[in-house]
Amino acid sequence: MEKLLEILEGLHPEVDFEIADDLIDAKIFDSFDIVTLVAEINAEFDVAIPAEELIPENFNSAEAIWELIQRLDEE
Amino acid sequence: MQITNILEYLEDTVRKIPEKTAFSCEEHSLTFTQLYNESRSVGSFLADKGFYGKPVVVFMKKTPRAVSAFLGVIYAGCFYVALDEEMPRHRIELIIGTINAEAVICDDATSELIKEYGYGGDVYLYNDIAFSEADEAALASVRDRQTDTDPIYAVFTSGSTGVPKGVLACHRSVIDYIENLSQVLGFDGDTVYGNQAPFYFDAALKEIIPTMKFGATTHIIPKSLFMFPIKLVEFLNEHKINTLCWAASALTMISSFRTFEKIVPEYVKRVIFVGEVFPIKQLNMWKAVLPDALYVNLYGPTETTGVCCYYKVDREFGLDETLPVGRPFHNTSIILLNDDNTATPYGETGEICVKGTCLTLGYYNNPEKTRESFIQNPLNSMYPETIYKTGDLGRYNDRGELCYVSRKDYQIKHMGHRIELGEIEVVVNMHKGIKTNCCIFDDVKKKIVLYYTGDATRAEVAAFTKEKLPRYMFPNVIIQLENMPYTPNGKIDRVTLKNNYFEGK
Repeated sequence: MEKLLEILEGLHPEVDFEIADDLIDAKIFDSFDIVTLVAEINAEFDVAIPAEELIPENFNSAEAIWELIQRLDEE
Repeated sequence: MQITNILEYLEDTVRKIPEKTAFSCEEHSLTFTQLYNESRSVGSFLADKGFYGKPVVVFMKKTPRAVSAFLGVIYAGCFYVALDEEMPRHRIELIIGTINAEAVICDDATSELIKEYGYGGDVYLYNDIAFSEADEAALASVRDRQTDTDPIYAVFTSGSTGVPKGVLACHRSVIDYIENLSQVLGFDGDTVYGNQAPFYFDAALKEIIPTMKFGATTHIIPKSLFMFPIKLVEFLNEHKINTLCWAASALTMISSFRTFEKIVPEYVKRVIFVGEVFPIKQLNMWKAVLPDALYVNLYGPTETTGVCCYYKVDREFGLDETLPVGRPFHNTSIILLNDDNTATPYGETGEICVKGTCLTLGYYNNPEKTRESFIQNPLNSMYPETIYKTGDLGRYNDRGELCYVSRKDYQIKHMGHRIELGEIEVVVNMHKGIKTNCCIFDDVKKKIVLYYTGDATRAEVAAFTKEKLPRYMFPNVIIQLENMPYTPNGKIDRVTLKNNYFEGK
């Protein structure tokens, strides 16, 4: 989780990712962020996020992203 | 007879297919009749107010009604400047200041925003001016005064001094562009566009003008869909979209997530990429699922009205190859020049220069910058002949295709946009806590990297750039340094910064 927070902080240093839970709905993330994030998650956690998991619900908070990573890691 | 005004496209089409949908978005859609009526109402209003030959800002959400506002401005014999609600305040104020705008057309969403900005001119609500009877006499009088060299829009591009430059295009260059583009790409009345490009760039003209010329249809794709590839392809299928004129990064977003394993675009027959190089790996994924589609690489700066060269993909490419820029459109010519303004020998690298009707009029209210780039052809001393120097270096390959090599300066292409790194540096320098700063571009991972010295925290710098710069210009990586490296003659040492960056220091 710490490593993920580091990646997120690199994308948006001005956001407090411990609290934020509307990253997509509040338009904090855009398509460029998502593309970058998916690439970095892939490199850091060796987890490939398939297209069907690219849905708003999975990216609205750091916690949701972390759950996604763990779920994909177990599969 | 040859047309001399882009509105003739609409006027011809509205007679033939008045009830067909011209433009649609999530919120509303407009038939050609509605588009025609509303734009003529807007045009009549502006003409009656006495605006002629002036910039009129259209500050509206990206909807079909924004298009009819653009056309309304042209009906009044003025030229439009499109702003977007997502543009940062600083940039909007710079643009409004540069053109010294006297009139802004807003919608309900933006009319509150504009009040907060440093703008003292007239503000008109679209809904107040788009639904009146057209003033036929006033519109006829405007048309009577017009020539095809009158400007119709100004598009702002990044400027290295920190102030964006307004490129001004006229009826004639746009007509030349659309006629030749349409022929190469085979547009017709059955074309269904899925628009991705923002309206404040000339890239969207590829869809807007041919929609009027052929009586085609354009669906404006909600921006949020470009985060979620499966939903995006579902949208394409639902609207039977057959033509994509997109930034390469948007096409990549779909293919790189292996979306095609789940869902395939069912109707797409033209895939046109612009703005930056489309990686061969991604192109091959598209070709695998849509083998019969037409794939075309477009190249060209805003100063040559949209694009000036095209390459139709006609062979297989290795993963280490890049697509050529190809050849100029009909009625456009390319000259390669050396630094000393002599002709570059065939096969060698020179600056790509363009001539022909496609040239725009130059930069609005900026004769100095216009003179630097729109110059007398140095190979011709006998009569006036203007060429545009792109600042791009190119060369011809063995097949006679023009290939892009690199930039001459610090301009980069990022997310389909053209950016002067110098413009970012100027803005960052405005922050009190910054002593020095320098931007480099990581062309492998496609990231803008900002180095700075000073007391400001990285979060402060990030928040500051977000306030001042458009999204695509935000630095993706921000690194604070104790000391900035310098070259012996006192300039910031970009080479050392870049080397350190790639070595992970």
